[in-house]
Amino acid sequence: MIRLEGVTKRFRSAAGERVALDGIDLTVEAGQVFGVVGRSGAGKSTLIRTINLLERPDAGRVLVDGHEITALKPTELRAARRRIGMIFQHFNLLNAKTIAENVAFPLRLEGRPGAEVDRRVAELLERLGLTEHAKKHPAQLSGGQKQRVGIARALATEPKVLLCDEATSALDPETTEDILTLLDQLNRELGLTIVLITHQMEVVRRVCDRVAVLKDGRVVEEGATADVFLHPQHAATRAMLAEGDEAFDASMAPAGGRLAKLTFRGGSTYEPELSRVARSVGVDYSILSGRISRIRGEPYGQLVVAFTGGDAEAAVAQLTARGVTVESVGAA
Amino acid sequence: MEALFANIDWPEIARATRDTLLMLAGSMALTVLFGVPLGVLLYLSGRGRLAANPVLNAVLSLIVNILRSVPFIILLIVMLPVTVLLVGTSLGVAGAIPPLVVGAAPFYARLVETALREVDKGVVEATQAMGGSTFQIVTRALLPEAMPGVIAGATVTAIALVSYTAMAGVVGAGGLGDLAIRFGYQRFQTDVMVVTVVLLLLLVQGLQMLGDRLVAAVSHR
Repeated sequence: MIRLEGVTKRFRSAAGERVALDGIDLTVEAGQVFGVVGRSGAGKSTLIRTINLLERPDAGRVLVDGHEITALKPTELRAARRRIGMIFQHFNLLNAKTIAENVAFPLRLEGRPGAEVDRRVAELLERLGLTEHAKKHPAQLSGGQKQRVGIARALATEPKVLLCDEATSALDPETTEDILTLLDQLNRELGLTIVLITHQMEVVRRVCDRVAVLKDGRVVEEGATADVFLHPQHAATRAMLAEGDEAFDASMAPAGGRLAKLTFRGGSTYEPELSRVARSVGVDYSILSGRISRIRGEPYGQLVVAFTGGDAEAAVAQLTARGVTVESVGAA
Repeated sequence: MEALFANIDWPEIARATRDTLLMLAGSMALTVLFGVPLGVLLYLSGRGRLAANPVLNAVLSLIVNILRSVPFIILLIVMLPVTVLLVGTSLGVAGAIPPLVVGAAPFYARLVETALREVDKGVVEATQAMGGSTFQIVTRALLPEAMPGVIAGATVTAIALVSYTAMAGVVGAGGLGDLAIRFGYQRFQTDVMVVTVVLLLLLVQGLQMLGDRLVAAVSHR
């Protein structure tokens, strides 16, 4: 659905030239929710803006739904942009217009007939639970409601792709959850392809099928969300995942213990695998750190344990045989 | 009463009031007509804007600055040949309007430009992302969003025009200010001075109130 090929963008300023994007190659399949994470300054915002050409790359190609966006004439580009919805961190609603007029805005720009606009707007307000706010102005709504208006507006022209530029970063945790549920629902019900950029790992964990980690304008890691989260390969990914987590302190491990990181996925997360293996092999284990949660609905558990007083290697072999991923943990 | 306003020729005051209002209405309409597009061009051609064009921006900016730095009384005289060319006469209300517009439009254009700059860049970006053309972005998003500032600027400009019209007496345009200068000041007729100044004050007060009301009506922040 979306393909970036060698996309490069440089910014020139008095201070010199800065490379914001350095040869980005990415493919987003139709119907996917694709996350791009990175710290501020990593190039996320520039990256998402190249998809609808709000930011024109200096080199490389951008393809959306079969059209080479980077090769379109201005009028063709405007038509292509109507097939790509976008929502923003600060919502970017028109303060002078009512909620209904904001949602109608992209349709009016397109010159659709009034009756059709009214019907579509009523339908969208209904779908997003905004009907009672139709005649209000944006200043009268809460952040979460404003983002709902932003989403309704983005969906007005029935796009196949929705770009989310830090769409939940200005919202409180509860409202963030609400908006993420909504995005998830739109993805499943309308088959909407969603690209979202965020610095919140929690957002990716919650809704993304795939994720790319951006650092200094390059994709340093990309894969299925569960793979990237559970087995991060790049230091930048690990650093971002470690944030907010209680750091595992190896010095707390029992002396002589064999440290191992165990990853359970799917149904086995809730099975007593660890205790069964420990009993059959005759080892003891202490749990040093751990987390049981879900990644886009799929349950997983990840524990760091120390095996003591028995045949640790046999325990590892049995766990592996039962589908648990076992990784060695350095003495740190 | 008769003694207090001994020098007042009421029909003369009425004619002067009418001339002031005519000059104001005519020049204000044309000032908005030229000032808004000029302000939009100044904004659009600015650095980092939709139609960034450093050369055009520098040229427009220079013209605006030149016109704004010429004292109005000088502009009035310098403009004489142009005025004759435009309206066929350099005298009366008609003769005063071209210099009034040339004096006020660049000033108003700057106020429009400032109001447009106050609009969140995100609104422009969102409209662009929806497939809006530059013309649509200006007419459907930027100007409506900047409307409170655009109207507040028009109020300030209209009031500045009221004081400009006083000088238009130089080209025989008449008006309340002219009356104040010729009778109130030059002939020491204090009563004429008082009456004309009170009328001008009422005019300014009325314009400000009207402007404030319109601004409140279009503000939704």
